[in-house]
Amino acid sequence: MKLEALTQSIGEWLRGTGPESDIVMSSRVRLARNVAHYPFVSRASEQDRADVERFLRERIAGSPVGQELEYIDVGRLEEIDRQFLVERQLISREHAEAQGARGVAIDRMEQVSLMINEEDHLRIQCMHSGLDLKGVWDQIRAVDSQIEKVVPYAFHPRFGYLTACPTNVGTGIRVSVMLHLPALVITRQIDKVFRSLHKISLAVRGLYGEGSQAMGDFYQISNQTTLGRTEEELVEQVGDVVPVLIDYERRAREFLVRETQQNVHDQVSRAYGILRTAQTISAEETMQLLSRVRMGVLLGLIGDVKIADINSLLVRTQPAHLQKLRGVELDTNDRNIERARYLRQHFEGGEGSRTSVN
Amino acid sequence: MKCQHCDKQAVFHITELEAGAVRELHLCEDHARSYLNQSEGAGESAAEDEAEGKPAGGALAGPLGVGQTADELALLDQRACSMCGITFFEFRNQGRLGCPHDYVQFEKELEPLIANIHGATEHTGRRPSRETEGLPEGTEELTAVIGLRSQMKESIGCEDYEKAKEQRDAIRAIEERWLGPGNASKGNA
Repeated sequence: MKLEALTQSIGEWLRGTGPESDIVMSSRVRLARNVAHYPFVSRASEQDRADVERFLRERIAGSPVGQELEYIDVGRLEEIDRQFLVERQLISREHAEAQGARGVAIDRMEQVSLMINEEDHLRIQCMHSGLDLKGVWDQIRAVDSQIEKVVPYAFHPRFGYLTACPTNVGTGIRVSVMLHLPALVITRQIDKVFRSLHKISLAVRGLYGEGSQAMGDFYQISNQTTLGRTEEELVEQVGDVVPVLIDYERRAREFLVRETQQNVHDQVSRAYGILRTAQTISAEETMQLLSRVRMGVLLGLIGDVKIADINSLLVRTQPAHLQKLRGVELDTNDRNIERARYLRQHFEGGEGSRTSVN
Repeated sequence: MKCQHCDKQAVFHITELEAGAVRELHLCEDHARSYLNQSEGAGESAAEDEAEGKPAGGALAGPLGVGQTADELALLDQRACSMCGITFFEFRNQGRLGCPHDYVQFEKELEPLIANIHGATEHTGRRPSRETEGLPEGTEELTAVIGLRSQMKESIGCEDYEKAKEQRDAIRAIEERWLGPGNASKGNA
C-alpha cells in the first residue's frame, strides 16, 4: 500500500455510518504490549529498537493477521508522510516524532493499525465508524490473540501485561469514542458534562489525541484506569456513558432548534457561506466551520451536503493531507490559500463535481 | 560486588558528577545511607527536579512521598534494576520504566503508585495461555536475557571469553525455550 493510494480513499472511521453516527464519529480500542526479552522503548539502545522492530515485523508477517496487513517503515518516511498518517489516526503524534527503527502495519480498511516501537513495543489499535465498541473489541481481541501465539508479551501474574508507563499496566487497554458535541458547546453545558465524566474517572481529549485541544467540537472520551477490571468491564465503562452523552447532545440540539432556530440557522448558513467562498482559511477555522455545517446538516438546515463528505473534509483539509492531495509542499500561507480553493471546489458544483475533485 | 567500605554486598551504585569528573561508588545499604545523609547534593537535586514539575515524573512522584522520609527516598532513588540498570530516580523523572523486570525489582515501591493510579493492584483481565508449550504465564525467565546480554557485553569487554560463551549459551537456551528453536533473536552475540 502506497501512501498516495491512501490519499484517494478515506478511512473506515470517516464513513459516517454505523449506530449513532450523527454524534459518535468513531469507536476505538488500543492495547499496549511489550516483548519480554528487550528493554522498553525509552530505555532501548538503537540496536535493541532495530531488533524489536524486526522481531515483531517478522513474527506478525508470519501469522494469519499479517496476511491482511501492509507494513510501512515509519523511520524512513519524510516528515510530511508521517504527519499524514497522524492526521489519518493510523499512528500517534509521539510515534511520528520518535527516533529510530519503527513502523506501522495497516489493513486495507484502515480499521486495524499496529504501531511498532511507540511508547510500548507494540500498540494495537482498532477503529470503527459510529458507536460500535463491541465490534471493535471483538476484532482487536482476535488480532491480539493471533499475535500472542507468536510473540511472548511481557506478563506478570499479578500486574498483568507490563507496560513502559504504569498508567497502562494490567489490561493495557484504552477504550475511546470520538463524539461530535456542537450543541453542548453552544449551550455552554460542555464543561459541566466533562466535570461529571472526570468524577467517574473517564478522560476527555480533543480530536487529535493526547494533549491536543478539542477542535471543532470533537471530543474523545476514554477510560483512565487499566488495572483491576476486565477488558469487557472497561469497554462497558466507556460504552455505558455514551448513550447518556448522546441523549444530552440530542436534547441540546432540540433546544437550539426550538428556542433559537433563527439564530442557529444563521450561524450554520454563515459557516457554510464562508467555507464556500473564502479565499484563505486556516485548518482551525475550517474545522470549526465544518463542525457547524455538520450540525446544520443533521438538523435539516442544510440540504445538499453528505455527512461522509464533511467527515472526509475534516481530515483532507489538514496540512499534510492538503499537501499530499496537491502533490507539493506548501508553507502556512500557501496552505491556507490552497485549503480555501479545495473547499470552494468541493462545495461549488453540488453532487457531480464532488467525486471528481482531487 | 562488595561495598567499597566494608565486606557487605554493594546494593547501591552511585555515579557522582563532580566538576566534570565522574566518580563511581558501590556501597552497602548502611554506608549508602550515611553517605547520602552527609552529601546534601543528592537530596537537593532530586527536590529541585520535582519543584520544576517535570511532566510525568512530577505526577508520578507524588504518591511515593507518602510515609517515606527524604532520606529513604534518596536511597530508593539510587537503586538500579539488575536487568536494564534504570534507577528508581530515573524512572521518577521520566515517568517511564526501563524493562519488564522493573515491576519485580521495584515491586514494593511501585505498588502504592499503581494502587493510586488504578485503585487496584491485581490484574483481572485476559491472561496468556502457554500451558501447551510448558511455559509459565509470567515472563520473568525470558526477561532475564536482558541482564544476560549486558553481562555478556561486559565479559567481552574484559576479554573473559569463557564467561561470555557461557552467557551466550544461557541466552540461547532461554530464547529457544520461549521463542522456538532456531528462532532466537539474532544480532547480540
